[in-house]
Parts: sequence; structure tokens; C-alpha cells
Amino acid sequence: MNDLTCKQLVEHMTDYLEGTLSEAERSHFESHLGLCPDCSNYMEQIVQTIRLTGMLSGQGITSQEKERLLRALRDWKHGGESRE
Amino acid sequence: MHDDARLVQALRNGDEAAFGTLFDQYHTSLVRTALIYVNNPAAAEEVAQETWIAVFKGIDRFEGRSSLKTWIFSILVNRAKTHAQREGRYAALNIAWDDPDDPDPTTEHFWPSGHQYADQWVSSPRKWESLPEEQHLSRELRGCIEQAIAELSPNQRLVITLRDVERLSSEEVCNVLGVSDTNQRVLLHRARARVRQALETYLSE
Repeated sequence: MNDLTCKQLVEHMTDYLEGTLSEAERSHFESHLGLCPDCSNYMEQIVQTIRLTGMLSGQGITSQEKERLLRALRDWKHGGESRE
Repeated sequence: MHDDARLVQALRNGDEAAFGTLFDQYHTSLVRTALIYVNNPAAAEEVAQETWIAVFKGIDRFEGRSSLKTWIFSILVNRAKTHAQREGRYAALNIAWDDPDDPDPTTEHFWPSGHQYADQWVSSPRKWESLPEEQHLSRELRGCIEQAIAELSPNQRLVITLRDVERLSSEEVCNVLGVSDTNQRVLLHRARARVRQALETYLSE
């Protein structure tokens, strides 16, 4: 049985989070995590990073912007009808 | 996809409220993604508008094989690539398996092989105590993350934006970008490592 080094664990962090490790690999990964506060902290940092990054989106637009986009669509529609 | 079906029908009927909903949900995201390809806000806005027109034109032919969101982003990426090619910028964006100029940024945290403590942490990662559990990002935190993402290589920036910012699945991103699962995972790994580093620096000040 090969124990993971910290460096190997970190290198496989994304694979682990994506669920692409084999059963055996995942088991070694989690064993190491359970025994290693450094790697645990790092993983928590990555999880927080992903959470915060996800908060960047979800910004809506102003009603003026919305109106402008709708107008562009209407203009295209009317132009399109005469084209076709 | 059930919600998609009703929305798609409304879009096919030319329902402006339905388009308004799409604009609210995705317009900012489309501009953000386009910016990675075209690098100026006016062009990114243009790409997003072209995308909406293409969505309007093509909605009758949308078969629902992917989600509406994936379909819209696919169109966006296509329009953005076209613009980038016209500007001669596209070469920089060829999704590569491994950029030799950009090794795995996580290796620097560990003593090198041959060293007495090879593969162990040089210094212990600390707990990020000062992170709020808020629902909204402060302006400073947002700025830190946006800056970190902006400084990534275009490929890494693209993958982290589509995966972690816009929350497309790995499969959707592979479809939209035309890359393998492994490719996008390697890029995502490196991108996340750099953003984490930026946050670590920011939080330790």
C-alpha cells in the first residue's frame, strides 16, 4: 500500500473534488486527509476559494440595459423580416 | 430541463418577457466570458449582443439535447472565437494540454525531491479565520478574486470562469470548449491554485 505524500495529495486535489479518482485512490486520499492538518487546511482553502469564486456571477442587468437589448432584438427582427 | 421547456416555448413565441429573463440571468456572464477572448469591454458587449440575436434566430432549432444555458454559452464561445480570430488574437487561446511555461503552481509549496523533507509542506497552510460566511462578496474580496482570474492565462481563465464562476458542469464545459475532460481538469486545477494563492495573500494582510 502506497501512502500519499502531501505533494501528491495536493496534486490530486482537483481529481478528488471532481470524483475522478479510483476507489483505492480516494481511500488513500481521505486517509491522508484524516491524519494531516496541513492538507486538511489546504483543502478547506480550496473549497472556500471555489465557494467565493462562485459568488462572482449572478449579477443581473439594469432595466435600461434590458430595454436596450430588447430594442436591439426588435430592430433585428424587423430588419430580418424585410431581408427574408 | 423541465423549466427549460416552458421558457423555450415562450422564447419561440417571441415572448419579450422570456428574453428579458434570459438577459437578467446570463447577459453579464456572457460579457464576462467574451472578455476573455476579445479583451475589450465594447467588443465583449458586441459579442454578447450577437449571441442574443443568434439565440433568437436559432431557438426554433434548439432540440434540448443540452440545457438552454449550455447552448447559449456554446453560441457565445463561437461568436467570441470569430471575433478573436478577426483580431488575430485566437492563437493565444488554443486550449493546450500542458503549457510548458506554466508548471503546476502547487509544487512550490513543497520541499523538492532529494531534500530531507521532500514532498512535505514548506510552511503549514493556515485556517482562513477571517472569511465571512456572507452571502455576498465584499467589494474588496470580489476585486481580489476578479484580479486573480484576470491574471491567469486565457485558457485557465476560461475554464475557471465557465466551471467555478458560471457553474457549468465539466461535461458542459468540454462540449462548449471542445476539450477533453482531462484538459479542462488540469487547467481548472492550476487556475484554482492561483486564485487560492491570491486569496491567501489578501487574507494574510
